Amino acid sequence: MSISTRFKRVAAGLLAVGALAAVAPASAQQTVLKVVPHSNLAVLDPIWTTAYMSRNHGYMIYDTLFGTDEKGQIKPQMVESWTVSADNRLYTFKLRKGLLWHDGQPVTGEDAIASIGRWGKRDAMGSALMQFVSRMDSPTPDTFRIFLGEACGFVLEALGKPGSSVPFIMPKRVADTDPFKQIEDYTGSGPFVFKRDEFKPGDKAVYTKFDKYVPRSEPPSGTTGGKRVYVDRVEWNLALRDAQAQLAALQKGEVDIIEALGFDYYEAAKKDSSIQLPTWSNIGLQYMARFNHLHKPFDNPKVRQAAIAAFSQEQFLRAQVGVKELYKPCASMFYCNTPYGSTAGSDLQAKSNMRKAQELLKASGYDGTPVVILKPTDLASIQKLPDVAAQLLRQAGFKVDLQAMDWQTLVGRRAKKDAPEKGGWHMFLTAWTAHDIWSPISNPTMDTRGEKSVWFGWASDDQMPKLRDQFMRATDEGAKKKLADAIHTRAFEIGTHAPLGEYSQPVAAGKNISGFFIHNGNIYWNLKKN
Amino acid sequence: MLVFLLRRLLSTIPVLLIVSVLVFLLLRLTPGDPAAILAGDQATTEQIAQIRENLGLNRSIPEQYLIWLGYMVRGDLGQSFYYKTEVVALIGQRIEPTMSLALITMVVAVLISVPLGVLAAWRSGGWLDRALMGFSVLGFSIPVFVLAYLLIWLLSMRLGVLPVQGYQRFADGVGPWLYHLTLPAITLSVIYIALIARVTRASVLETLGEDYIRTARAKGLPETKVLMRHALVNAAVPIVTVIGIGVALLIGGVVVTESVYAIPGLGRLTVDAVLARDFPTIQGIILFFSFIYVMVNLLVDLSYVFFDPRIRY
Repeated sequence: MSISTRFKRVAAGLLAVGALAAVAPASAQQTVLKVVPHSNLAVLDPIWTTAYMSRNHGYMIYDTLFGTDEKGQIKPQMVESWTVSADNRLYTFKLRKGLLWHDGQPVTGEDAIASIGRWGKRDAMGSALMQFVSRMDSPTPDTFRIFLGEACGFVLEALGKPGSSVPFIMPKRVADTDPFKQIEDYTGSGPFVFKRDEFKPGDKAVYTKFDKYVPRSEPPSGTTGGKRVYVDRVEWNLALRDAQAQLAALQKGEVDIIEALGFDYYEAAKKDSSIQLPTWSNIGLQYMARFNHLHKPFDNPKVRQAAIAAFSQEQFLRAQVGVKELYKPCASMFYCNTPYGSTAGSDLQAKSNMRKAQELLKASGYDGTPVVILKPTDLASIQKLPDVAAQLLRQAGFKVDLQAMDWQTLVGRRAKKDAPEKGGWHMFLTAWTAHDIWSPISNPTMDTRGEKSVWFGWASDDQMPKLRDQFMRATDEGAKKKLADAIHTRAFEIGTHAPLGEYSQPVAAGKNISGFFIHNGNIYWNLKKN
Repeated sequence: MLVFLLRRLLSTIPVLLIVSVLVFLLLRLTPGDPAAILAGDQATTEQIAQIRENLGLNRSIPEQYLIWLGYMVRGDLGQSFYYKTEVVALIGQRIEPTMSLALITMVVAVLISVPLGVLAAWRSGGWLDRALMGFSVLGFSIPVFVLAYLLIWLLSMRLGVLPVQGYQRFADGVGPWLYHLTLPAITLSVIYIALIARVTRASVLETLGEDYIRTARAKGLPETKVLMRHALVNAAVPIVTVIGIGVALLIGGVVVTESVYAIPGLGRLTVDAVLARDFPTIQGIILFFSFIYVMVNLLVDLSYVFFDPRIRY
């Protein structure tokens, strides 16, 4: 028997085994959308953590009172109608008819109040809102009211916010859980039901269609509109992390969607006729370099400005993303083309050049303190940024100490306020989704209350909190935009951080999947599998 | 024998205790904060501090160790920081894929490598021997992930006979189980085939030079019997030792293969736990691995009696 004959026999044997494998499990008759998420799902409470995977899990099983459409406009979701009193201090909301929890019980105003209360204790925008809320009540089962002690202009914006820490509505019995403890009951009222019994951490998460969900009549847009489900099950493959194997599995039809296709595989996927690269976001993510304002040399705004001037966005984007059509320089700290996407006061970076940076550094009195940059070695999506930063800073005249570590070490270390020589840091680089930074309230880098600031870096400035306070109180959209410009200008003046440009995270899907729409997240309603 | 067995079983207790202290200390001294990881990338410093307190990480290290030890002796390895699931349950979920992969890999490796090694020793210096040596060098040199990609390309993408990724539980049927494990097992077995074949060859070659082999041949025994009944059996002790070490290494060292082929096994769980600084899970897994190593070594020692009756315990 020749070698080729033997090989064919082996192959035939394997095919026979494969045929056995195809013997119908129950799910074979169902339409199953197989998704490779961008990360692992660990925490199942989307209020308790700010992790995007937990948020995505939240969008599957919970619904929201309001949502944000593809143009950044707030639209009602669970809410049917609402009124605002003339003095802007009383909001009355009426819930849509037919809203049910997965256990069949109706959604009530009490559920909404408890959910808002829990979220308000965890989320930055939520706590900002709760500063204005004097009380909430539910006069009838399908209505609830928010009473404000003082008028503010971001009630709907907060309730409809996308990004991390979304105000998902949970049953009152669940929402009454201590906000600092994780929930253990995953009953939602969203378009999918979480299959707790099939959840295997690090392996797979399963969601089934909630047959009693009543979608809105509007077409889907962002996190608003009709959440129609056309598949029976959505399975998240949490075990498939290898980028090369992900693409091979998609090519072979073993999975349907890769949420985060690696930039290195973009061109290969683009050339493959069996794969589509759908557009499901019109905004993306922004890279940024965050300074530690507590320690020299970055306790000096002039030094921070020198660094900002040295940071040419194009160089970061070319090194990290590499695919021209996926990135775009933009000097807005609120992300370009968003409701407050201002570039006011950003000349320092928009027209960045090395000579200017060198001049600024010289004038700052920089004493040669080495700048400790934290470099994550295991996070492909940002790992090249610190090298570019180090090189540009050296060219500007800085001394640089680039310290490599895994991302989780970095996450722990950046929370330390100690001096860099005692285990602290001067700079780390990261990425934010546009949703989290497009509002001066939710953008954590705009919190300049020094060591009381909510985010690492602890920027300090007296003027900024006043501007943000005015922004929160403004109810007129024109006034809000002007204030956003002023906040943006001030942020560049004090050098809170350096925005390093914007990029889109490509998604890849089989050609048999249709129904993609702009939602700027990872959302699986409206998708059809043929 | 019974005394030996009891002594060895009792000796696992101090081994596991020492391992537990070392792992506990090393984890606490390693940079990284589980609370910061759990809180998410956008968490505030206050949120992180609150989580740290809830996890009991603010207590002193000796206090944390004693609490954990107290639970451990009662068979409770604690709850995963990351997954909020009992560590015992997590390990239980992951044993089957890893054990399955290890079992099939070793079966494939032993079935191929031992005959190959015997034949290479028998025809020492011939083409088979040289080919085996060449294959061994290749098998040791190719990184597992490169081999995995090559095999995926050939067997999954080009020929379409095996799946790219995934795992099916044994309970879902032997067919699907084997179908999904074949490619990872082939990938992983290459290095073990190279290793065991080389050891078998060297050991059998040495045995073939012994006087009793010459006697057996002089008695007119067929060459097959000489090789299998006299040479191989007498060369078995080092081969079994290598196989034993291989099994132990396989159970704890299938990380890359599990990652590429998306097999939710113990290797992947270990990496996830380390990256998330999930202390209870890491401690539990390492203790479990230590126990497996001790048991495998014990079995290997016991098997010596079977292969070499001169050995007594």
